[in-house]
Amino acid sequence: MNYLVGAFKPPCNIFISFTDGRSRKQVPLKKENGKTVMVALFQSQENIVGEVVVIEPIHGKKVEHNGVKIELLGQIELYFDRGNFYDFTSLVRELDVPGELYERKTYPFEFSTVEMPYESYNGVNVRLRYILKVTISRNYVSNIVEYQDFVVRNYTPPPSINNSIKMEVGIEDCLHIEFEYSKSKYHLKDVIIGKIYFLLVRIKLKNMELEIRRRESTGSGPNTYVETETLAKFELMDGAPVRGESIPIRLFLSPYELTPTYRNINNKFSVKYYLNLVLVDEEDRRYFKQQEITMYRNLEAS
Amino acid sequence: MLLIGAEDEEKWLAEGIAGIQHNAFYLHRALDSNNLRDALKYSAQMLSELRTSKLSPQKYYELYMRAFDELRILEMFFKDESKHGVSVVDLYELVQHAGNILPRLYLLCTVGSVYIKSKEAPAKELLQDLVEMCHGVQHPIRGLFLRSYLAQISRDKLLDIGSDYEGDADTVMDAVEFILENFTEMNKLWVRMQLEGPGRVREKREKERSALQELVGKNLHVLSQIEGVDLEIYKETVLPRVLEQVVNCKDDLSQYYLMDCIIQVFPDEYHLQTLEMLLAACPQVQPTVDIKTVLSRLMDRLSKYAASSADVLTEFLQVEAFTKLSNAIEKVIEVQVDMPAVGAITLYVSLLTFTLRVHPDRLDYVDQVLGACVKKLSSIPKLEDSRATKQVVALLSAPLEKYNDTVTALKISNYPRVMDHLDNGTNKVMAMVIIESIMKNNTCISTADKVEVLFELIKGLIKDLDGATDELDEEDFKDEQNSVAKLIHMLYNNEPEEMLKIICIVWKHTMAGGPKRLPFTVPSLVFSALRLVRQLQGQEGDIVGEEVPATPKKIFQLLSQMIEALSAVPSPELALRLYLQCAENSKAQVTAIHLIIGALQRMNVFSVENRDTLTHKTTGYSARLLKKPDQCRAVYACSHLFWVDGQDGIRDGERVLLCLKRALRIANAAQQMASIARDSSGPVTLFVEILNKYLYYFEKGNKQITAAAIQHLIELINTEMQGDSATSDAFLASTLRYIQFQKQRGGVMGAKFESIKL
Repeated sequence: MNYLVGAFKPPCNIFISFTDGRSRKQVPLKKENGKTVMVALFQSQENIVGEVVVIEPIHGKKVEHNGVKIELLGQIELYFDRGNFYDFTSLVRELDVPGELYERKTYPFEFSTVEMPYESYNGVNVRLRYILKVTISRNYVSNIVEYQDFVVRNYTPPPSINNSIKMEVGIEDCLHIEFEYSKSKYHLKDVIIGKIYFLLVRIKLKNMELEIRRRESTGSGPNTYVETETLAKFELMDGAPVRGESIPIRLFLSPYELTPTYRNINNKFSVKYYLNLVLVDEEDRRYFKQQEITMYRNLEAS
Repeated sequence: MLLIGAEDEEKWLAEGIAGIQHNAFYLHRALDSNNLRDALKYSAQMLSELRTSKLSPQKYYELYMRAFDELRILEMFFKDESKHGVSVVDLYELVQHAGNILPRLYLLCTVGSVYIKSKEAPAKELLQDLVEMCHGVQHPIRGLFLRSYLAQISRDKLLDIGSDYEGDADTVMDAVEFILENFTEMNKLWVRMQLEGPGRVREKREKERSALQELVGKNLHVLSQIEGVDLEIYKETVLPRVLEQVVNCKDDLSQYYLMDCIIQVFPDEYHLQTLEMLLAACPQVQPTVDIKTVLSRLMDRLSKYAASSADVLTEFLQVEAFTKLSNAIEKVIEVQVDMPAVGAITLYVSLLTFTLRVHPDRLDYVDQVLGACVKKLSSIPKLEDSRATKQVVALLSAPLEKYNDTVTALKISNYPRVMDHLDNGTNKVMAMVIIESIMKNNTCISTADKVEVLFELIKGLIKDLDGATDELDEEDFKDEQNSVAKLIHMLYNNEPEEMLKIICIVWKHTMAGGPKRLPFTVPSLVFSALRLVRQLQGQEGDIVGEEVPATPKKIFQLLSQMIEALSAVPSPELALRLYLQCAENSKAQVTAIHLIIGALQRMNVFSVENRDTLTHKTTGYSARLLKKPDQCRAVYACSHLFWVDGQDGIRDGERVLLCLKRALRIANAAQQMASIARDSSGPVTLFVEILNKYLYYFEKGNKQITAAAIQHLIELINTEMQGDSATSDAFLASTLRYIQFQKQRGGVMGAKFESIKL
């Protein structure tokens, strides 16, 4: 019986751990099966140091192999192009020369100052992920492989230029408004402060809300897929304003799951954010104006 | 928007309440288990019930109160950091994550109030933030209630802050700024309610709005309660800002309510010191605003304040309260072109009341007010509005009541001019008021000038005014005239000269009264005159030999005029009684009797029976005069009563003869008395006088007077003459000469006289 069971199990188990795993920040990561696990968080240029432990095979069997290696992979996976991964980063360290494994073995590894320009991202049509992959290659039988995900987030300093967004829009003789968002670039825990000033109101408005929309575009040329999600609907105003009224905006971004803006990541995808100001009149007609904002990750705020 | 039935509304309210209760249940559970997350979630859901647009303000209020109670519990929970473990600063951010604005802001206000109390951030900034964020709710009812919640929940904190003198005045100002800001916004929302929905539900809307006025006014109330708001701050900040809002909102209901509110909630002393500012706003409100009521209430309050202590009065003088009020009223009237006359007059009434209470010594002020009123009245056609006339009456009555002395009112030059603008009916009413005032206070009007003015004032009662065609109520008329009669008794002066003048003036006026009035007024006047006569006689000794303008003679002449005037109208019985009254006086009686006879003779309106009574009485009185010669003369004069010239005249020769014979008898008696006393030669003269009467009737054709009788009389005279001196020679001689002349003339008359032998 034991033999039979053992046939479907890998002959040995591999564990990958980070040297500073205890102190390192863990962040949640959604896996393919929908479960969320906590994984280590890195940023670009960090040393990724740790060790791989291979537990000795069961029943004292020996495992012959053609070598043990560890790879650090940065992959972009496009869902519509299932099965195809684009590795934009691939680093390899040989851990062991070909031989036999018959006892527990520990292999330290280190990737120094790894260039990880892109952040981990889990979108609608695309996924960007970083993994450590340990492979025990074997002849004639399948390799023994183990993966360890980790997450990369890159922090950027506050932008030196951060103009406000200010615009006057309207429908002739019906509605003229002027809105202002204090900044055009926000960090992920930022607060959007602003004002909407009503210059002319001839339609009966019911309410006004501010939406945060994420636009993810994948592929290129004729094969571009665009997916837009509304991440936040935030009511700014209840009732009908009169001319001259000015309505404050204060929207805290922290409750929402936002990422920085990604522009043309490895020519595969982009993620952009927009503020959409929506005015709804009594007949439920919607008037809106969308403005792009740039999101960035700020170290202090996270 | 459809007009919704009350039934539906009840249903919606019930649903709303159920929603609140449902969520409140889970909220309590969350609070019990110190679960902040759930507490926020369920409280937000609960508050979402307040997002309804289906309820009228009253029903919405019910719903609001339910939520309010729950929020108090939530506030307690927020306060206790040990329960939820989140600092108030973080809490302040946390509640702002709610997606719907209304629950978000209710929660924000709730946390905000805890935040202020914690003093972890400057109250000023927090208050400013709250009041600013509330801009997000632009729906009038929901906005009003939200801001009202804000005001409510911050109230005790504000009072703390406002009373906190520890720091500088800035903290007070922070509180004030906050309330003013909130007030302004609430008022805007409130005004905006009016514009919502179609015009046809306007009335309903106005009713709904009135139901909400308290919410707006509450802010002013809180302001007035903050200790730190002293006169300075009130003058420099509070009032200007509030007034600015009042003026700018351009809404009737709001302007009226707020002006009234200002006046009611802030202390009188402040009003007095900021009178100019407050009043300056009055002409700026919408023309349809009932600003007169507002002003009236202000003046009412101020005058009560003035009455509170004497110290205050000097303040009134210092700020020239009267002038300011007076100017303001003028301006208001000028600006509000459409204000009905009644409005303007009501204002003047209030101002006058104020003046009388505050400056009772300043008659010129009163005059000024009346003058302004005259100006207003002359710019409009005669008053038609009964309410307006009522107000004028009130206006005119006020000084009378105040001064307890009508004479004071008489000094006011504009008084009669105001009365001129009244219609006849009202004029009478007013005149009655004046008279009543005089009667009530027992005021004695003692100079001719005053009397002149007084009668000018009450001329509505004295004579028919131009165009007076209205039907008179008999009762009223009697009352009125009786009052005038009473009034005449109140005119009195110790100086006969002045008194005579007074009487003359009264007569001058009453004369114009016409037949209906004279019977009422003349008696009083007659009695008054008689009183003067008695007075004169009482002091007769002193005035002998002087040039006295007031002599009984003059008075009797006047009396005679009066009574004659009366006799021209159909009430001669009265006239007679008056005559008799006059006649009761001693020496003057003679004159009176003669006058009576003269008047009576010419009267032809009596029934036979009445006339008999009158003549009989007259003769009786004549015979009872004190001195024989007087008796004699009166009696023979009475003969004229039975012989009236003219077509329908009475010619009762027999009774004429009786009178003359009686006169002769009296003359005889006088003769005997004279001979005993060796007195004057009067009696002979009497005989001659009687002879003249005989001759007169003889000529007139009285059959009873025969030539023989004349003959007999002449002989009698001659006999008497012998025993006496020739005092009455001349008279007798000329009489005889006349007879002679008639004899020689010939014709019918000559034939008649032929039989008389000299």
